[in-house]
Amino acid sequence: MDKTVNQKAWFLVLPVFLVVAFSAVLPLMTVVNYSMQDTFGNNQFFWNGVGWFKELLDPSTDLGGRFLASLGRNLFFSLVILAIEVPLGIVVALSMPRQGWTVAACLVILALPLLIPWNVVGTIWQIFGRPDIGLLGYVLNHIGIDYNYVSNEIDAWVTVIVMDVWHWTSLVALLCYAGLKSIPEAYYQAAQIDGASRWAVFKAIQLPKMNRVLLIAVLLRFMDSFMIYTEPFVVTGGGPGNSTTFVSIELVKIALGQFDLGKAAALSLVYNLIILIVCWIFYTVMTNASAERKPQEGAA
Amino acid sequence: MHSIPGRRLIMALFLIFLLLPIYWLVNMSFKTNAEIVSTMTLWPHAPTLQHYKRIFTDESWYSGYINSLEYVVLNTIISISVALPAAYAFSRYRFLGDKHLFFWLLSNRMAPAAVYALPFFNLYSAIGLFDTPWAVALAHCIFNVPLAVWILEGFVSGVPREIDETAFLDGYSFPRFFIKILVPLIASGIGVAAFFCFMFSWVELLLARTLTSVSAKPIAAIMTRTVSAAGMDWGLLAAAGVLTIIPGALVIWFVRNYIASGFALGRV
Repeated sequence: MDKTVNQKAWFLVLPVFLVVAFSAVLPLMTVVNYSMQDTFGNNQFFWNGVGWFKELLDPSTDLGGRFLASLGRNLFFSLVILAIEVPLGIVVALSMPRQGWTVAACLVILALPLLIPWNVVGTIWQIFGRPDIGLLGYVLNHIGIDYNYVSNEIDAWVTVIVMDVWHWTSLVALLCYAGLKSIPEAYYQAAQIDGASRWAVFKAIQLPKMNRVLLIAVLLRFMDSFMIYTEPFVVTGGGPGNSTTFVSIELVKIALGQFDLGKAAALSLVYNLIILIVCWIFYTVMTNASAERKPQEGAA
Repeated sequence: MHSIPGRRLIMALFLIFLLLPIYWLVNMSFKTNAEIVSTMTLWPHAPTLQHYKRIFTDESWYSGYINSLEYVVLNTIISISVALPAAYAFSRYRFLGDKHLFFWLLSNRMAPAAVYALPFFNLYSAIGLFDTPWAVALAHCIFNVPLAVWILEGFVSGVPREIDETAFLDGYSFPRFFIKILVPLIASGIGVAAFFCFMFSWVELLLARTLTSVSAKPIAAIMTRTVSAAGMDWGLLAAAGVLTIIPGALVIWFVRNYIASGFALGRV
């Protein structure tokens, strides 16, 4: 199905363009403006050129050190949760009941964590993990594991990761489930006639059909985990020390805590640029994948 | 659809993992503070409704829920109504800069809220929308509109083009075709898109908190305030948390059939 060229389509896109431009372009201009200046309060600004950007990328300065450290932590966090959530999501999607009321029940429970406000997610885990009043912390400490997410760095990391797995695995699972549902029954019957093993069915039928939704899932999970703020902030406050301070937490600390507008703006721009590049790579891969898929479908 | 061995056990374990922390919150919301701090009980031994009563009678508490719902509904309506025509355009036509525009939209979905918190504060203060539901609703458009366009585009592409052509041959004008034929055809897609808009607007806190001070403060921000007042009122905190889960649970219940079929129709 080829699309026709029609420049009038711009009129249909115009509302979206205006709404998003109002919310995105205007504020971004402010950020660019601030990033070149320094302030000593009282709304007095001084030209600072690319000074902040130089400092930001130099690990020996205070700003650069903090930025690169939080960036490293954030990348590590994103990779760990992707490595857990994607396989787990696939397994959960494959474990869905086939029919009956249990399907609806499972879907509703799966979607539940997705609709809890992020700071309430933080609160839930803050309470759940406390050694004195939380079930998890209490049980762990009573079977002899010294667990305290407030003072121990590793415990804090484990808590933040388990919380994210709890919060977002359902999204991967729901997307995969939608992908699996779109596979016609005839494919499975053909596989059965061929005597294909369970693993062969997964590799040759289910995984390729989930390709596209999996890409969406990975894209969404990577981006959202890369800008995570509220949940770890509520649970650990970025601590103990700075061990769970991710880029967004560092940014808000500088912008709204210290009111260092210039530094915060420079950090924002670099942060945004990284996300934009990663986003572009994913987008290209995705459009290429669907372009490759179309001729195949035409042949079949 | 064919499943894997031991699927019942895996599913059961995962659901328990999901429900246990939520159960603990519900459990705590029915306990007195004395019971929470002094003993470890798996269910409330002296169940009380005092925390819920306090939330429903104190205006500074319940107004937070109304504020939150107000901007979430506003945002969902704005997002869907601007995204629908755009989704049609992206699905049916090629035009100057279409691919770049689509990518630019998507890139806004990925922009971290923390970057925009301060500029939004300046912008909405300058145009006098600060501390109104409109400020938050418009601010949330930055990530919800691109998402809605993305989801709806998939659903519109699923509608055969012959339907458009037949309608136009039958003398339908474009707006009439849009409302009478296209919208009903992609109703489940609109349901899914609205679900996602509701979800992401309802759960976001950083922007909602930055753009409000008194009269439009969302419930999630009111919660954080009360935590620090005179020690920890754990029971009250838990009760407020439970009440924030309920609107989400209701929305899921209404769209539960779309979650299964709707997801699959669109972007797969």
